[in-house]
Amino acid sequence: MNLVDKQLVKNKMGMRLIRNKLIKQLFLMATLFAIIILGTLLYRIFTQGIGYLDWEFFLSFASRFPEEAGIKAAIIGSLWLMAITAPISLILGVGTAIFLEEYASKNKWTRFIQMNISNLAGVPSIVFGLLGLTVFVRLLEMGRSIIAGGLTMSLLILPIIVVASQEAIRSVPNDQYEASFAMGATKWQTIRRVVLPAAIPGILTGGILALSRAIGETAPLLMIGALTFIAYLPENIWSGFTVMPIQIFNWTSRPQEEFHYVAAAGIIVLLVMLLIMNSIAVFIRNKFSKRY
Amino acid sequence: MLTVERNRPMASSISPIKDNSIYTVRNFNLWYGADHALNDICMDIPTNKVTAIIGPSGCGKSTYIKALNRMVELVPSVKMTGSIDYNGQNIFNPKFKVEELRTSVGMVFQKPNPFPKSIYENVVYGPKIHGIKKKQILDEVVEKSLKGAALWDEVKDRLHENAFGLSGGQQQRLCIARCLAIEPDVILMDEPTSALDPISTLKVEELVQSLKKEYSIVIVTHNMQQAARISDNTAFFLNGEVIEYNKTDQIFSNPTDKRTEDYITGRFG
Repeated sequence: MNLVDKQLVKNKMGMRLIRNKLIKQLFLMATLFAIIILGTLLYRIFTQGIGYLDWEFFLSFASRFPEEAGIKAAIIGSLWLMAITAPISLILGVGTAIFLEEYASKNKWTRFIQMNISNLAGVPSIVFGLLGLTVFVRLLEMGRSIIAGGLTMSLLILPIIVVASQEAIRSVPNDQYEASFAMGATKWQTIRRVVLPAAIPGILTGGILALSRAIGETAPLLMIGALTFIAYLPENIWSGFTVMPIQIFNWTSRPQEEFHYVAAAGIIVLLVMLLIMNSIAVFIRNKFSKRY
Repeated sequence: MLTVERNRPMASSISPIKDNSIYTVRNFNLWYGADHALNDICMDIPTNKVTAIIGPSGCGKSTYIKALNRMVELVPSVKMTGSIDYNGQNIFNPKFKVEELRTSVGMVFQKPNPFPKSIYENVVYGPKIHGIKKKQILDEVVEKSLKGAALWDEVKDRLHENAFGLSGGQQQRLCIARCLAIEPDVILMDEPTSALDPISTLKVEELVQSLKKEYSIVIVTHNMQQAARISDNTAFFLNGEVIEYNKTDQIFSNPTDKRTEDYITGRFG
């Protein structure tokens, strides 16, 4: 006796193939939905903003008049912020990752720390703003300065950089460690000459993606009290500052309609900046990543 | 009485020859967690000879040679008792620096593991970490090591190309050259030909023959013909114990232990 009823199999075949095709369409639609929304958004922003995008826009400070408003202070502010955030978060993040992967013994404490780092990556950015306000602005009396903003942003992206760097370090094959240790290399020599060169593409990719998140963040900086309207450039790390997303947020909340177009122009600048940073990340990943 | 003697000979042969030993291993035990991987190993390794270690998978051969340069310590949860003396010094003595040990005991692994650098950089990795910086010396080291590993003629025109462009057999000889570059006294080889094709295997085997003039070589192998071809002495491992350790021709022509005989005649393993 046959356990498999051939007739039944034949009858069901048609239905199975139809379902197979339907599912494919379903997933295609999910993808298209995202693409269409993105397309609409980009179209709207470009049609609104492109008219206001000229050299003047880059060279002017904020203004009460939409025609004279520019993004100079915000761009410079964002660059200052990155100049603080990038080195601090990369040094601390990569250092933490190296310690956790290479030195820390694997026990319940390191597992506990590991879990918390992963959780920190998911904490809402406003909470980091609150922390920055309490610790940097008030407790350490840094005021509403670039340094306070930069440190807050460093904390925000630190967990992301730690996790990305750990992944990169973990992907270095064991036989590479063995080869180095077997020749009498110390742990540090092995890390510096074998592990880091192999992990650097992954670390940089993660770092740049984290920084592009920082450059687009508004909430924590509003929380620590970054300015929304300034007509001067920051002089040093203790100066008040504004950044691109805050400037854009400020413009969109103005009643005059023209300012919405100015905001659109600002968004284009921000998007282009993000696109460039992400492209660099992709470039580094493809160009320098080692294949074993 | 006699049959008992014959079936269970003493782990007698600590050393098959009365000769200079570079390693003296006494009552060495090793556990991975609760797993007793090496059981009371007593085995000397003679200077400037090829010592082969054979045995079925999981018998502790690799663990044993990784203990000889303390690479086994990279495995967490490893526990050891007994002693391994290298040139008369206990390598587990806290004063004994593991980096120093590994500088005079080189190792070649089962799978070729060159660094993703140029051929040149691969060979000078060892000298560089030991502080040799002079370009002229490094150049000489590269030529000498690659010649020593019978690879020089094949790669001398592309020293600065990535080592991953070499074939598997060439990569393995590069790893041997990299190992020779630190001028060790002992070379440990952990199944160095198991990932290679027959021709590359032959080249590595010829290389081992020529290297034994200057180096003491310990080679773990799955391949009994290989052990018979290239080694002076052979140790048969089974379940973490040395069953028989003797001159190679003795082991293969006239084994004293039934289990050795069964293994080399292919009855198991």
